[in-house]
Amino acid sequence: MRKLDPKIPSGPLETKWDRHRFSEKLVSPNNKRKLTVIVVGTGLAGASAASTLGQLGYQVECFCFQDSPRRAHSIAAQGGINAAKNYQDDGDSVGRLFYDTIKGGDFRSREANVYRLAQVSTQIIDQCVALGIPFAREYGGQLANRSFGGVQVSRTFYCRGQTGQQLLLGAYSALCWQIERGQVTMHPRTEMLDLIVVDGQARGIVVRDLVTGRLSVHTAHAVVLATGGYSNVYYLSTNASGSNVTATYRVWKQGAVFANPCFTQIHPTAIPPGDASQAKLTLMSESLRNDGRLWVPKTMADRRSPGDIPEAERDYFLERRYPRFGNLAPRDLASRAVKAVCDEGRGVGSSGYGVYLDFAGVIEQQGFDVVRERYGNLFEMYHRITGEDAYHSPMRIYPAPHYTMGGLWVDYHLMSSIPGLFVIGEANFADHGANRLGASSLMQGLADGYFILPYTIGHYLATARLPSIPEDHAESRAALHRVTSKITRLLSAKGRRTAASFHREIGTLLWNHCGMSRDEAGLKKALTSIPTLREEFWKDVMVPGSGDDFNQELEYAGRVADYLEFAELLCHDALHRQESCGAHFREEYQTDDGEPKRDDTRFAHVAAWEYRDGAVPLLHKEPLTFEFVQPTMRSYQ
Amino acid sequence: MKFTLKIWRQNGPAERGRLVTYEAQDVTPGMSFLEMLDGVNQRLIGNGEEPVAFEQDCREGICGSCSLVIDGIPHGPDRGITTCQLYMRRFPDGATITIEPWRAKAFPIIKDLVVDRSALDRIMQAGGYISVNTGGAVDGNVLLIGKDQAETAMDAASCIGCGACVAACKNASAALFVAAKVSHFAILPQGKPERTHRVSAMLEAMDREGFGSCGNQYECEAVCPKSISVRFIANLNREYLRAGIVEAGLPGEPESPHAESV
Repeated sequence: MRKLDPKIPSGPLETKWDRHRFSEKLVSPNNKRKLTVIVVGTGLAGASAASTLGQLGYQVECFCFQDSPRRAHSIAAQGGINAAKNYQDDGDSVGRLFYDTIKGGDFRSREANVYRLAQVSTQIIDQCVALGIPFAREYGGQLANRSFGGVQVSRTFYCRGQTGQQLLLGAYSALCWQIERGQVTMHPRTEMLDLIVVDGQARGIVVRDLVTGRLSVHTAHAVVLATGGYSNVYYLSTNASGSNVTATYRVWKQGAVFANPCFTQIHPTAIPPGDASQAKLTLMSESLRNDGRLWVPKTMADRRSPGDIPEAERDYFLERRYPRFGNLAPRDLASRAVKAVCDEGRGVGSSGYGVYLDFAGVIEQQGFDVVRERYGNLFEMYHRITGEDAYHSPMRIYPAPHYTMGGLWVDYHLMSSIPGLFVIGEANFADHGANRLGASSLMQGLADGYFILPYTIGHYLATARLPSIPEDHAESRAALHRVTSKITRLLSAKGRRTAASFHREIGTLLWNHCGMSRDEAGLKKALTSIPTLREEFWKDVMVPGSGDDFNQELEYAGRVADYLEFAELLCHDALHRQESCGAHFREEYQTDDGEPKRDDTRFAHVAAWEYRDGAVPLLHKEPLTFEFVQPTMRSYQ
Repeated sequence: MKFTLKIWRQNGPAERGRLVTYEAQDVTPGMSFLEMLDGVNQRLIGNGEEPVAFEQDCREGICGSCSLVIDGIPHGPDRGITTCQLYMRRFPDGATITIEPWRAKAFPIIKDLVVDRSALDRIMQAGGYISVNTGGAVDGNVLLIGKDQAETAMDAASCIGCGACVAACKNASAALFVAAKVSHFAILPQGKPERTHRVSAMLEAMDREGFGSCGNQYECEAVCPKSISVRFIANLNREYLRAGIVEAGLPGEPESPHAESV
């Protein structure tokens, strides 16, 4: 059995990263020029890594499937980015950000990684300001902060409701500079479809030019994946429709182990699904829960309009279940509470999958204008989508898949189990444990890309033996063959069903059996249904057109084919983890009043899965040891 | 609801395009415009026909991918939104809707409603950045930036790079796009050291890519999904004029990051 060594430096937590950086080998400037690094994905992690590697002098080949690197899905992040600057002098520190993050992740992440993340968080803000990012400011000219996601300090930096956009455009502009300097070659509208591994090292990728359909091989000395998360395996999610699992999944099949895939975050406040044609779920910012109250009728199938339901017949279920935190309970608990009342038949809206988020109280107390100033853009967005006016009747919301904490396993260097393959941002599994706190995904993406990977990849390039390989190496040809045969198979099925219909079916199946709550029977049922659905797909999918030109349906069908395999891995992991922790809730492991029961004796480990052709994936466990903090039960009651 | 759609179909840049009529059936008022098109495509695929190619990604108005001219107006009849934020309740049942791609010399058609907007990236590469290395940045509060100044910079920076401004302009000018980026950086102290070079380089790139000049008609502002003001174009002109003076070797204003903003 393969031993997964996280390579965490020894010694005091506070100095691990500094000492590690000093002990790392460096590549001399002359030699950097001779080294090529491939970066796949141009979100916060990918764009910041590609630009920084270019600036250091490496030759960077950068790829994205979008028409421009600026459109990666990081652009849609609304809320903000955390940093332990303590500008508000409210008691924040690196140590506190570290502790909040590790506790928020329900003690399922590595201490050393999370501490490093908290340490570099302050540098990120300085770097972003230097890049010209127009963060919100106070009248005196200092950077403004807001509080977020239930923590007790104000450490979130923001640009209105468009923080992800501004941070990404900052990283994109840095990337533009390196493209202009010739350090980075950008390949937009180019999708990575396989990895080339030579003598156990990642040495290149196979890509498809999405305009001409041409497949080609790109070789390099190392490969960096920054290809995001896999929430779209659920079909309906808050992710962009292009976000997909293909790059990370196909790399898994080449030997990179995949960690904690069952840790999927379901965000409590999205606009509920409407009819079958719906293609995505729109997130309503978490900030709404600062003033809005969640409720459902006390009786089942109460069809009265909300205004006709008297106060005594309403159940403010979050306030009832979590009196200390009320409507500000953490995301995982809030989502499950919403699901529970809907499952009881007390949900609202035509589908019964929705709860009210009511602002009547705050409007009465503080006035219409205050609410409009605070949330006007969100109310307008809600109105545009639903046609309803939330100033006069409550919003309806329902949880939606939003972010995936699981991802490819990486060590402290952010290197996967395949030497030379690095994974950064949401695509890796590292820092958020079983649940991510608000405003920390942007922090992690930029920490990995600007400040961590550029150091650790240097050590690998300085120490690994990397003989030059020809583009038509046997392994390149093999990878190319895998891609070609998959495309041919998709185009030749010529069946009756669209790829979207299969995507919707696998998504519904996962949502029902491996969504907000899971149990053994449901997971086993899913594990029997998925192979049947997959077989059906290859027999009956219809992909029109050819592989030799711009064919969006072919791109999409390839991604759906990967979801149909990846879903199985997700269920295996959820089945194995016989505990409830963070976003992973197993019905069998709860207290009498429905709270999750974590099991630190049996499950304080990272579950890392290895692909085996035609067999159940092989589980490796990386034990999580806590030297500096004591795991406690998260209680919000 | 039911609609008659006249959709631009074109196989590639070299082929001739034409409007083809499709029926959109079983549409509900709560469907987004793109979901309505998804429905049309699902039926086409079911019949083994090639679906209509169009660009989309985030479907929440921020990525800048979606790019349809609807009844002659980029992003459709409503102000301040992208195509993906448009819902079918906005149209009367039974209406005929014409759907075309962005049309501009600098945006060659790839297929159907998908155009190549990489010219905008090349303008950005010419100077749409602050050349600062990663690492070693000073503390974020060292240079104070007034709230109003930061808000104005943010107004400009909110551009999503969709190109609607170009599609709406009869000169196919990218002036609003360039103005937004030039202004964003010129307003902030961090952007001042390179402001002279930036404005010239970006405008030269705009010309090189085949975009036209600004004709002061303001169609760009009217269709901009982020309602970016044409006042930034006025600012662009001032920046350009200023660059001309500085470049001509006359004494310009100090290039210190502490210099007062425009």
